[in-house]
Amino acid sequence: MYKNSMKIEFLNISDNERFARCVAAAFVLELDPTMDQLSEIKTAISEAVTNAIIHGYEDREGIITIEGNIYDDTVEFIVTDNGVGIPDISRAREPLFTGKPELERSGMGFTIMETFMDSMEVESFVGKGTRITMRKRLNKVDKSEG
Amino acid sequence: MELFVLGKYRTLVVKIYGELDHHKADSVRKAIDREIKRCGVINIAFDFSNVTFMDSSGIGVIMGRYKIAKSLGGSTVIYGANESVQRIIDMSGITNIVTVSDSLENGLKEAAANV
Repeated sequence: MYKNSMKIEFLNISDNERFARCVAAAFVLELDPTMDQLSEIKTAISEAVTNAIIHGYEDREGIITIEGNIYDDTVEFIVTDNGVGIPDISRAREPLFTGKPELERSGMGFTIMETFMDSMEVESFVGKGTRITMRKRLNKVDKSEG
Repeated sequence: MELFVLGKYRTLVVKIYGELDHHKADSVRKAIDREIKRCGVINIAFDFSNVTFMDSSGIGVIMGRYKIAKSLGGSTVIYGANESVQRIIDMSGITNIVTVSDSLENGLKEAAANV
């Protein structure tokens, strides 16, 4: 079984949204993903990190951690913050729900993560933080099928 | 980002370059809103042909500008989005309220026909 792992920690400033999704994309490159798969992973990571910055830490300084694991052809990303936590996870996962309408948030973050990855789990404790685990299998595309 | 006014159509054209995420959204939003006030336009047209990445923060920007254009009696047009950006646009459902087109000219025509 092929296995690889990595872990990065960075400050909760919005400049790091780009950094995070580029690291995630670079990490899966050895699995030879399609352009669509790369774009899906970048978007899902961007949503998770943006959530941590806007909702997790709000205006205070904090650290966001991304752990990446590869098991054969499946990649797993775990995005963790030590922020305020989510009081009602099922409500937060509803499409178009936003906790911050005044900031012109679309409420699509969790829906995008669910749609673009094969699975997504949310664990959160109020006052402790949030951990999002996403997995995606990157099958080699059979070129003969076009 | 480039902003220019098409006086004849009372339209502000917003040409965005690169990535439109939460980091970039705030400055884009502020620049557009300032220009709408200054120029007295009622329609907003987003040129996405140079946008390489967009997440849900971009949808927030479009929705907010749609509300402003609507309050002025105008409409919002999006054109030139690549496949991955278009996918986010489609998922959001904003295609029900804004005009998505292949070019500025066609977008403005379609938006005018829908008023």
